[in-house]
Amino acid sequence: MTTPGQTVGPFFHYALPFDGGQDLVAPGRPDAIRLHGHVYDGHGDPVPDALLEIWQADADGRVPRTGGSLRRDGWTFTGWGRAATDATGHYTFTTVRPGPTEAGRLPFFAIVVLARGLTHRLFTRAYPPADASGIAADPFLAGLDARRRETLFATPDAHGLVFDVRLQGENETVFLTFPGHGES
Amino acid sequence: MVTDTQAEISAEIAKLEAADAGTGVPQPRRDYPPYRSSLLRHPTKSMVHADPETIELWAPCFGHQDVAAAEADLTIQHAGEPIGERMVVTGRITDGDGRPVAHQLVEIWQANAGGRYVHKRDQHPAPLDPNFTGAGRCLTDADGNYRFQTIKPGPYPWRNHLNAWRPAHIHFSLFGTDFTQRLVTQMYFPGDPLFPLDPIYQSITDAKARERLIATYDHDLTSPEWSTGYRWDIVLTGGHRTPEVDA
Repeated sequence: MTTPGQTVGPFFHYALPFDGGQDLVAPGRPDAIRLHGHVYDGHGDPVPDALLEIWQADADGRVPRTGGSLRRDGWTFTGWGRAATDATGHYTFTTVRPGPTEAGRLPFFAIVVLARGLTHRLFTRAYPPADASGIAADPFLAGLDARRRETLFATPDAHGLVFDVRLQGENETVFLTFPGHGES
Repeated sequence: MVTDTQAEISAEIAKLEAADAGTGVPQPRRDYPPYRSSLLRHPTKSMVHADPETIELWAPCFGHQDVAAAEADLTIQHAGEPIGERMVVTGRITDGDGRPVAHQLVEIWQANAGGRYVHKRDQHPAPLDPNFTGAGRCLTDADGNYRFQTIKPGPYPWRNHLNAWRPAHIHFSLFGTDFTQRLVTQMYFPGDPLFPLDPIYQSITDAKARERLIATYDHDLTSPEWSTGYRWDIVLTGGHRTPEVDA
């Protein structure tokens, strides 16, 4: 029988974040981008005690199969990163754009969201901007309500992509459940 | 200003447990008002059902370059011995199909024996222990087993309501063999009198499900003149990758 989840609580900062956790590649590398944004609650207030993890393919669409995320060597792309939000609810990662991994599916950053007040982790995806034909050809995205689908798309800025997470409210982010999770 | 009483919180807890009776939901409610911090932080729309795509069929990898063996012993991180009841916690991590989660990262964090976290936001006026930080890591072995040496954490007060106390617990962060199995949870100790009063533990409204968070005292894990021992096995949700993909 599945072990239930519990909130990450308020006191994870000395245990889970680690030096270099947010830098999947070195900032300043020519192909590096910034993936960043805010986490907001149902009042639209920033959430200063959330933790985001991203997991992604490399720029060529390969799934990394190597360790070294916790003590990065500066050269190996491990595909995984972790960042806590700051006092303004802002998080940031330095990474590369994920390449496509499957024909007919748009590439994305797989994301886990944890926070004080959130009793169980949330899954979502951040898709880099895509054109209408790419979206129409992707069965998952094409099946979503157009307005809700917008919450899964990052928007470009000067250094990369912006992806905000809204835990609740009008523009609540689409959160995912997978087969076998027993969630609704 | 916190004004809700334990009696008010307990009445809400009872009401939600009754409302969910018989549904057998294996996970906490995200919409769980007795845990006041959840009010503005729980999604109100339904989860969207997704089939995992390539990247989600794999989990991040961690290896011995990431985790030193000594990180599994929370009692040797400082010059002296921490105060408290020395204990071992060990168990096996499997997925929903009973397969061991091998060579994967396990992270824990906890309060000290007095119920105080090192965290700067913990304002409980219990003493910090200069010999205890309360964070550890290990990798599971080939059969999915993990093992930590630590001290038993104390219960501590929080401000959810008047006279709110958390049962003693150890936070666990777990990865599976695919991304969809990611789990963050808390392990508790048998017989804690605070269980019925705690809205975080009770956010799992199914009694059988929440009891799966309670470790078992195991005298075979207890060592003479040294340490008590607890066993806590963890079952993640099912993996979605077929064995052919693994090969």
